[in-house]
Amino acid sequence: MADFLQTVIGGLSAGAIYASLALALVLIYQFTGIVNFAQGELAMFATYVAWTFIDAGLSFWLALVLTLAISFIGGMLIERVIIRPVEGAPELTLVIVTVGLFIFINAAAGWIWSFLIKDFPNPFPDGALRAGGVSLGYSTLGVFAVVGGVMGLLYLLFRYTKVGLGMRAVATNPESARLVGIRVGRTLALGWGLAAMVGAVSGVLVAPLLFLEPNMMGGVLIYAFAAATLGGFDSPLGAVVGGLIVGVAETLAGSYVDAIGSDLKIGVPLAVILGVLLLRPQGLFGRAAVERA
Amino acid sequence: MSESTEATETTRAVDTPEPAKDERPAPATPRDRLVAFTVRNWRWIALGVLLLTAVWAPFQLVPFRVFQFTMVMVYAVALLGLNLLTGHAGQISLGHGAFFAVGAYGTAVMMFHWELPYPLTLPLAAALAFVIGLAFGVPATRLRGLYLALVTLAIAIFIVPLLKRFESVTGGSMGLTLEKPSAPAWTGLAPDQWLYFLALAVTILAFVAVRLLLRSRVGRALHSVRDSETAAEVMGVKPASYKRLAFAWSAMFAGAAGCLYTWTIGFVSPDSFTVNLSITLLAGIVVGGLGSTWGPLLGGLFVMFVPSFSQDINKAAPGVIFGLLIIAVMYVAPTGLAGLAGRAAHWFNKTRSNRILRKG
Repeated sequence: MADFLQTVIGGLSAGAIYASLALALVLIYQFTGIVNFAQGELAMFATYVAWTFIDAGLSFWLALVLTLAISFIGGMLIERVIIRPVEGAPELTLVIVTVGLFIFINAAAGWIWSFLIKDFPNPFPDGALRAGGVSLGYSTLGVFAVVGGVMGLLYLLFRYTKVGLGMRAVATNPESARLVGIRVGRTLALGWGLAAMVGAVSGVLVAPLLFLEPNMMGGVLIYAFAAATLGGFDSPLGAVVGGLIVGVAETLAGSYVDAIGSDLKIGVPLAVILGVLLLRPQGLFGRAAVERA
Repeated sequence: MSESTEATETTRAVDTPEPAKDERPAPATPRDRLVAFTVRNWRWIALGVLLLTAVWAPFQLVPFRVFQFTMVMVYAVALLGLNLLTGHAGQISLGHGAFFAVGAYGTAVMMFHWELPYPLTLPLAAALAFVIGLAFGVPATRLRGLYLALVTLAIAIFIVPLLKRFESVTGGSMGLTLEKPSAPAWTGLAPDQWLYFLALAVTILAFVAVRLLLRSRVGRALHSVRDSETAAEVMGVKPASYKRLAFAWSAMFAGAAGCLYTWTIGFVSPDSFTVNLSITLLAGIVVGGLGSTWGPLLGGLFVMFVPSFSQDINKAAPGVIFGLLIIAVMYVAPTGLAGLAGRAAHWFNKTRSNRILRKG
């Protein structure tokens, strides 16, 4: 039983990281209807930026703040420069453009920082809380705290600020939002900036667990896609819940199903995506799209 | 490419013998008739020149170049399939490398474990990929473009650990090493030349098959599904079944390309079929030209030669070039290189018809 609980805790901590990247995906999808295939690479790039600051001697938390600021600006710039020209284009075009961005950022990181693996410091102290044979590492707690904090801040932003209200309006109906005087273009850029920031958090959290290298986020991105699909692409809450479920499911399947093992657990997100799309395409928390043809 | 150079050559040929104004009926002298024939049929002539060059090339080039052009054709066959799916049916696949791997590994297993003669492996590998494509096509038809991209990306990532797992069949991470097909004695060809001609034959077959498919009722149905599913349905075309078929066919071409790959390289290992292969294929068809006839061939040239030339600058240079080009192509030339060539050809046709009009 203790083993099982321990595995679940491990799954939840992995799930929290997937959740934060899924949240970034959902944010962008809500505002622009784009599934950003480059989201993971943006997070990876941001993590390299953080690594550079830390390598230059800055403290971890200062480096994090700087990185988040840079991510925010970078996300807005990408929306302005790369996404704006194809706004409203067919889905195929949008997917291809973000895939192009994916390839470009991945290679650019390799060019700047080389493809060699780098160690990323763990910001949280070693050691763990122990109770009844189950241990809860401080770093796991730290991941929960950071992801929880980010979600709380986002909730406050969307629920209680004027900017957040405007963003919700744009997500619901861009035309009406423009009619009541909201600067839609600026809001979309803001959405991309926020998403890049939230994604960067997931990159910084995952880097100490994996190693920092340009392909670090490839696997995480697939889990985040599964999480967002499970929760519903238009539901931030769904992304978080979906992330936790996917994390736990993956860890349990990896440790208790011999046929899957640790090498084939990357099949879990594939199964989740296929299953959700066949059974409940809008996801657990999503609204079913009603289309008037 | 050669199409457009041919176009400019014929333009020059037309310009020189400017016919007199009052010679309205068909040009009388044999020379004029030849010119008129050339102008009217320049596409066929260009195709003939291209084919002749393709047959002549392996006797002139060093074996390594022959190998490179063989790989161009391998990619071109895979891209033909991807073009059918993405360019003509409007469905996106980020997992075509997986079907490529199915064909490559299917061939390797058939040759290594079952010791089948290699010509048999091509139809079998293609059929295997077709069936697997059809199986994945069923959920795919229920998905909008975006979710299809997600599912296929997940498949592309999943295939590598899957191949490593079944070690007794696939050889695990070490892969399988095979004997390459050798030329029958009567041909007197070197092994690389024989492989080149095998690939050329399959490529021509694939191009003709796609051409015939697209010019049939099926091709029109695919286009209608791509352009508007609602309209297609109203016309009595079932979008779901055509999308499923397009998916299966494109998988079949990828499988055939994978088979050629195994013949050419004589070695398969899981790390040759990572998600990068799928993404490279998508980059190839986007840059080559979505929905165009020659896009797959141009894309194959691009995928083969851009990395090998740019890798000297930096290991990451091909990725930077691919990424930037994809985005640039989507902005300025959604039909890719082939589309640019097509525009040149269109311009040429227009100036020609203008001249005829002026004459009339």
